[in-house]
Amino acid sequence: MKLLTFAKTELHNLFSKPATRLYPQEPRVYPERTRGHVENDMDVCVFCGLCSKKCPTGAIIVDRAAKTWSIKRFSCIQCGYCVASCPKKCISMRPDYTQPAGEKSTETFTQAPKDDQSAS
Amino acid sequence: MSKRSIVPFGPHHPVLPEPIHLDLVLEDEKVVEAVPSIGFIHRGLEKLVEKKDFNEYVYVAERICGICSFMHGMGYCEAVEHVMGVEIPPRAKYLRTIWCEMSRLHSHLMWLGLLADAFGFESLFMQSWRMREKILDMFEASTGGRVIFSVNKIGGEMKDMDGDMLKGFLKILNEIEKELRELSKTFLDNKAVNSRLQGVGFLTKQQAHDLGTVGPFMRASGIDRDTRNMGYAAYSDIDFETITSNAGDSYARTEVRIKELFQSIDIIRQAVEKIPSGEIAVPVKGFPDGEYFMRVEQPRGEAVYYVKGNGTKFLDRVRVRTPTFANLPGMLETLKGSQLADVPILILTIDPCISCTER
Ligand code: SF4
Ligand code: SF4
Repeated sequence: MKLLTFAKTELHNLFSKPATRLYPQEPRVYPERTRGHVENDMDVCVFCGLCSKKCPTGAIIVDRAAKTWSIKRFSCIQCGYCVASCPKKCISMRPDYTQPAGEKSTETFTQAPKDDQSAS
Repeated sequence: MSKRSIVPFGPHHPVLPEPIHLDLVLEDEKVVEAVPSIGFIHRGLEKLVEKKDFNEYVYVAERICGICSFMHGMGYCEAVEHVMGVEIPPRAKYLRTIWCEMSRLHSHLMWLGLLADAFGFESLFMQSWRMREKILDMFEASTGGRVIFSVNKIGGEMKDMDGDMLKGFLKILNEIEKELRELSKTFLDNKAVNSRLQGVGFLTKQQAHDLGTVGPFMRASGIDRDTRNMGYAAYSDIDFETITSNAGDSYARTEVRIKELFQSIDIIRQAVEKIPSGEIAVPVKGFPDGEYFMRVEQPRGEAVYYVKGNGTKFLDRVRVRTPTFANLPGMLETLKGSQLADVPILILTIDPCISCTER
């Protein structure tokens, strides 16, 4: 049994930089794998609805007729199951988080009419 | 003769991050009996298996607990894989082993911090959690999450760790090991710390056996049992010895956990050395039909997963026996005869996880 076992740690602590980050002056850099939010490349999506069927929380709503893809940001648990099951690989997980909000909203994305289709 | 009185302890108490209630029957300052009541945070996760298909349930299983989330997901996946007769690729097994041990590291470091907090050594608490932070950063870099990892799936893993990442992790672990060696002196040799831990909360080997305790709590009472020896994931290829202590008091539990931290670092080193290359998942077809008991060693002890499938995409039943649930009777035994001031530490020494217990 000894006394002063903590002294070395204490001294080291005195003369080293803080372990914490000076947030928000020094922004947090997320690793690329961080599961922050889901994004869909609307130009590629074919509205098959697989992502919405697989989502464990029912956060995605796909409307094939209106060509819209909506996501309830506050229902999504960032599990990545939709990303893994999309046949077109158009959904991706992005490292940054969505903004906090006072209300649970649904974000809707609409596919722009495709030029090549209207031309042919 | 001293008068008996009852002091309610919890459900909200500074030492408990989660709610559990104890009625402490006291004679002066001495605890004669402790009557527990649980059920404050029951969430019905086992019932949910009837609503989520067996693939989606992986994400529910990992949410049983925020600390062992990886092992809960893995335990469930391995159970279903056994039912379906799926053999996962060797690389996936090693990845599971590495993540398991990282979970143990961060869980035990967290526990050390909470213990220091319980006896009022705030800077020791901060130092433990500072170290734990590095492990969480490693988790975020490799899985994309700090608490919920979502890398397990039936049939393997969703994410891989390449050689550079593993090498980087080993470097961080070397640093952690050095700091830990320094910090463990305070936990194990410091006079003030020892006076709170040594000689309190005895549990004999016989009691530990009879009351069905598990994990470090059991091993600190001298029972040599570790579910990792059954060789799930890649543990069968890895060299390690079960860590036990014969003292059976709070100090022994601290000692066992600290030694397990070094052991975990060593297991990760071995796994990184031996990890084979190749696929990380196999495609899974069909639905589970049959039942299986899967046992895994979590940081808090042995957890049991029972899975019963009926050939459809919804399972009939999932049952999880978590380590804290098994340790509660042992904890009540250690409380008997203790001083009221020691109760918070004694509760803490089983590393209680109430969310797990109640699911
Ligand atoms: S699964 Fe992919 S292609 Fe299908 S609707 Fe969803 S995002 Fe579109
Ligand atoms: S990440 Fe998971 S919860 Fe979020 S939308 Fe995709 S499947 Fe649903």
